[in-house]
Amino acid sequence: MRDRFYQLATEALWNDDRVAVVLAAIGAAKIADHPRRFDVGIREQLMIGVAAGLALEGYRPIVHSYTPFLVERPYESLKLDLGHNDLGAVLVSYGASYDASNEGRTHQAPEDVAAVAALPGWTIEVPGHVGEMERMLARALARDDRVYIRLTDETNRKPIDGDGLTVVRRGDDDAPFVIAVGPTLDEVLEATADTGETVAYLATVRPFDADGLRKALRGTDVVLVEPYLRGSSAAEISAALVDRPHRLLSLGVPLAEFRRYGTGAEHRAAHGLDARGIRAALAAFRAV
Amino acid sequence: MTTATELGYDDLPALLHRLTGDEKHDSSSYSTLDVVWVLYDRILGPDDRFLLSKGHGPTAYYAILAAKGILPVDALDGFGNFDSTLGHHPDRLLVPGVEISSGSLGHGLPIAVGVALTGRRTFVLVGDGELDEGSNWEGVQYAGRAKIETLTTIVIDNASATYGWPGGVEERFALEGWRTRRVDGRDHDAIERALRERGGPRCIVAEVPD
Repeated sequence: MRDRFYQLATEALWNDDRVAVVLAAIGAAKIADHPRRFDVGIREQLMIGVAAGLALEGYRPIVHSYTPFLVERPYESLKLDLGHNDLGAVLVSYGASYDASNEGRTHQAPEDVAAVAALPGWTIEVPGHVGEMERMLARALARDDRVYIRLTDETNRKPIDGDGLTVVRRGDDDAPFVIAVGPTLDEVLEATADTGETVAYLATVRPFDADGLRKALRGTDVVLVEPYLRGSSAAEISAALVDRPHRLLSLGVPLAEFRRYGTGAEHRAAHGLDARGIRAALAAFRAV
Repeated sequence: MTTATELGYDDLPALLHRLTGDEKHDSSSYSTLDVVWVLYDRILGPDDRFLLSKGHGPTAYYAILAAKGILPVDALDGFGNFDSTLGHHPDRLLVPGVEISSGSLGHGLPIAVGVALTGRRTFVLVGDGELDEGSNWEGVQYAGRAKIETLTTIVIDNASATYGWPGGVEERFALEGWRTRRVDGRDHDAIERALRERGGPRCIVAEVPD
């Protein structure tokens, strides 16, 4: 997914006079020199400020770095340089929650979606497959607003067509309705292969598809499976279902320091986001 | 849209008198008065951009925008009120002619770097106290290395940095490859001469009494 993004960003530079790319060292070796490709060095606040300045001049900046250095370190610049000034940019992160599992906490950012979602006016894309990322990036480049695209090494076997909340497998009406976000889909499908839940897929998490949820939900129990901070979209679901009695179980990365290295698969399992963990959580939820 | 007015520099005190309620930033606002006036009266053209990074105490900025017909004079009344478009920090979505919203220090210079990278002549005004913010130095370093010719940073030096700038703040800019000049921040002709010098990136330190 990451390498494909570099290809697409490079092509966009050469094919679209509006596009500029702003980097802070990371990715600079992958996107060749171009008059509108600016590597500002390891200066992440400047990276966002430069993007805002380019947007002020009518350009469509793509800004890319590792997740914590794109979202967390320059967070006030996202809020003010882009948001408060009402300037657009396409932020593309790489690393997600624990792709950098063996690099430790400094390179992990499971809070990113919650942090960006706390700022108004952002579209947040969580592709679960490279084909979805291609569609999301093309859509973002055609617009002028603020878009955050979250790249990851985790990927589903197949892309899901369509935008908004998409039912992938319809189960029993009274069984939990499971929303798999981005790259969690394959694990969710495996976990629910024989247990009767409806599985829906969601990759565009902001704006949240409240109408899609209301139309698709037939029972009362909702399970949200997110590849980042647990509950990042829980309030959106509560708001969407405010007039309907419901229960909600949120699965995701817990709000805790997790001082382990190893592989992404080990982190996924430790957070209960592999098929076994999801299956166990669903069983407990049904038993309540 | 700009409306022609008969207002000049001598009318600014009367305009400033209409802007009340942010007296704690009076010295900050007054510190920028002459530089901003010279910019709008003698320097800025329709293709230039001026970014006020030092958003604290924007009354001088508002008064000059009004004097130049960019902002209606009547808008000055009610400064800071709930229904006013003029806050104690400028909002570019609310105030005609304001290029960036500012107030939180250290954001204007990085944005100005992005604007200037497109080749547009760009002036950004910061304070010597504001330069305590590290984000400025990311921009100063990069603009110097990238040799951004179209960028001018004006530092209003009223000795407000918490620990000062031993040797003069311009030394830090010079170290990063900027051309620098220190001027009397009340001398309009000296300010104009400095602003008209070519080559960049350029740092003009406008010294005003603290």
